[in-house]
Amino acid sequence: MGSRASTLLREEEIEEIKKETGFSHSQITRLYSRFTSLDKGENGTLSREDFQRIPELAINPLGDRIINAFFPEGEDQVNFKGFMRTLAHFRPIEDNEKNKNLPASEPLNSRTNKLLFAFRLYDLDRDNKISRDELLQVLEKVDVEQKMSIRFLH
Amino acid sequence: MAWFMLPVDLLFRYLGLHINVWLTLLFGFLFLPHILGVSFGIHQYYTRTLLSIFKWATLQMELSAKEKNQQLYKHYTRGIIAKTPGSTLQQEFEDLQQSTLLSLEPRFELSDVFFFCRKALESIVDDDVTKCFSAQELESWNLLKRSNRNFRYLSLKLLALWVLGVLIRYGVLLPFRVTVAVTGISLFIVLSTMVGFLPKTNYLSDKVHWMGYRLCVGSLTGIITYHNRENKPKNDGICVANHTTPIDGIILANDLCYSLVGQLHGGLLGMIQRAMVTSSSHIWFERAEVKDRHLVCFKREGMRNTFLTNLQIISFTGSCVNNTSVMMFRKGSFEIGCTIYPAAIKYDPHFGDAFWDSSKFGLVGYLVRMMSSWAIVCSVWYLPPMRRKEGEDAVQFANRVKAAIAAQAGLVDLIWDAGLKRTKVKDAFKEEEQQLYSKILMGGHEDQNRCKHTEGGCPEGDKDK
Repeated sequence: MGSRASTLLREEEIEEIKKETGFSHSQITRLYSRFTSLDKGENGTLSREDFQRIPELAINPLGDRIINAFFPEGEDQVNFKGFMRTLAHFRPIEDNEKNKNLPASEPLNSRTNKLLFAFRLYDLDRDNKISRDELLQVLEKVDVEQKMSIRFLH
Repeated sequence: MAWFMLPVDLLFRYLGLHINVWLTLLFGFLFLPHILGVSFGIHQYYTRTLLSIFKWATLQMELSAKEKNQQLYKHYTRGIIAKTPGSTLQQEFEDLQQSTLLSLEPRFELSDVFFFCRKALESIVDDDVTKCFSAQELESWNLLKRSNRNFRYLSLKLLALWVLGVLIRYGVLLPFRVTVAVTGISLFIVLSTMVGFLPKTNYLSDKVHWMGYRLCVGSLTGIITYHNRENKPKNDGICVANHTTPIDGIILANDLCYSLVGQLHGGLLGMIQRAMVTSSSHIWFERAEVKDRHLVCFKREGMRNTFLTNLQIISFTGSCVNNTSVMMFRKGSFEIGCTIYPAAIKYDPHFGDAFWDSSKFGLVGYLVRMMSSWAIVCSVWYLPPMRRKEGEDAVQFANRVKAAIAAQAGLVDLIWDAGLKRTKVKDAFKEEEQQLYSKILMGGHEDQNRCKHTEGGCPEGDKDK
């Protein structure tokens, strides 16, 4: 039957993801419905083929590398938490977060973590072959926060 | 045990009465009007009442959601994220480059990756194409379980209303409609074959077909509004419409008798298709065949046979797409060179979603869903005829027609092929993107050697597949 709401997201899970990623309640539910619509196998995880089914992603020159960024080392499936963790890098930095002193663990969408994400796109075998200082020097003047964020409507 | 027998006894008497009433109602209200082409006008009251009930139901859900201090899941048609409209590679790079260097010549920078990265993530979160292949979401609930995500907000009142709705839909509407459909189809097949034995006359076969279509539409409680009837297709042209469901053809044919072009299905539908061919001319082909050639051959033959000149031909775009956008048209119908009569079909999803998600349920399941919806409401606009201009090739002409249809029906005009529902994107498109990027980089070095890579290394070299 049609309704995808059969595998509803539990409130505790939403709270967990909220804490970890900083997305709002409505953003999480919306992204969850997007996740389930991409999940053609309906098994609660996405595979690489699920991503490649998006035509705009398939024609993107970086498409494959970005798909790889979603999958942890050596795994072939990504669940909703992993999906959100990767998307969290692209959450815009709120004004009230900018001036905070760094908490114990940096939020996923901090400038450094955004740069780390982009850096990993070059570092295919994940062994830090590009010199980090070089990269940061080049990018000093770039508005990283704006260029590596997607704007949510709600 | 007497107290137990009484309700059972009542039930049987009620059923007995029910069947008689049922048959009379059917004959009076459904068969005769459809066969004769008369309408009672009850439909408007029906739709208006339903709409006000739906609004009330959504309001109830919002109230109960507010009580729990949570937000109702609402579908926003504008999408989840704000994408910069019309931002091209060129503009973004000029932006990027200006913030890093003061030089006017674009060259490769490590930060160029940001643009592609963000575009990719945007398409993961919200893209135009995959949305089209699943049913459209509604902003207000229409009392069908299949289109509701807010179950936790159902109060007792709403639940009772919903149960009542289910009873009406499955207990009253569905049996009515199934009876009409079954009788209609069998009547049609029989009459059509009979007419097939007679010498080919247009009048009788037209009447038989027309009756068949009206009964089919009636069996789905189809409420169709035709606009701009002065632009109705005339003889010797091709009618092209945006394709959403298998019943598109029936809806258009309800107004005028066409010669259909479409894919030959198996089972019941195939039987109907074969019956149609016995009394008038249609083309049915396999999906894998080169349909363009078939159409051209048919048209050429048509020039010689006199009875074909009375009929127009409809052709569709390919796979079923939900009714929010129009995908690429097959260029076959546009190559022939005769007049095209575009028609735009727009369904109102509040009363029943006509979209067939063939990956989820087959034809029978689809028909059951259709017949247990409230109604199928749609509008058909006839657009003024179009001819191919001088110097325009088939693809450009097809896109022009597509744009006109999309504009009229208020749909999104997409350049993607509906075949993407089943197959992957061609590599050629990916190479186009890469070429575009390298053009921007090489733009500053056009006078020099084109084959040389720039200092930082051409990104295509790094992005090895």
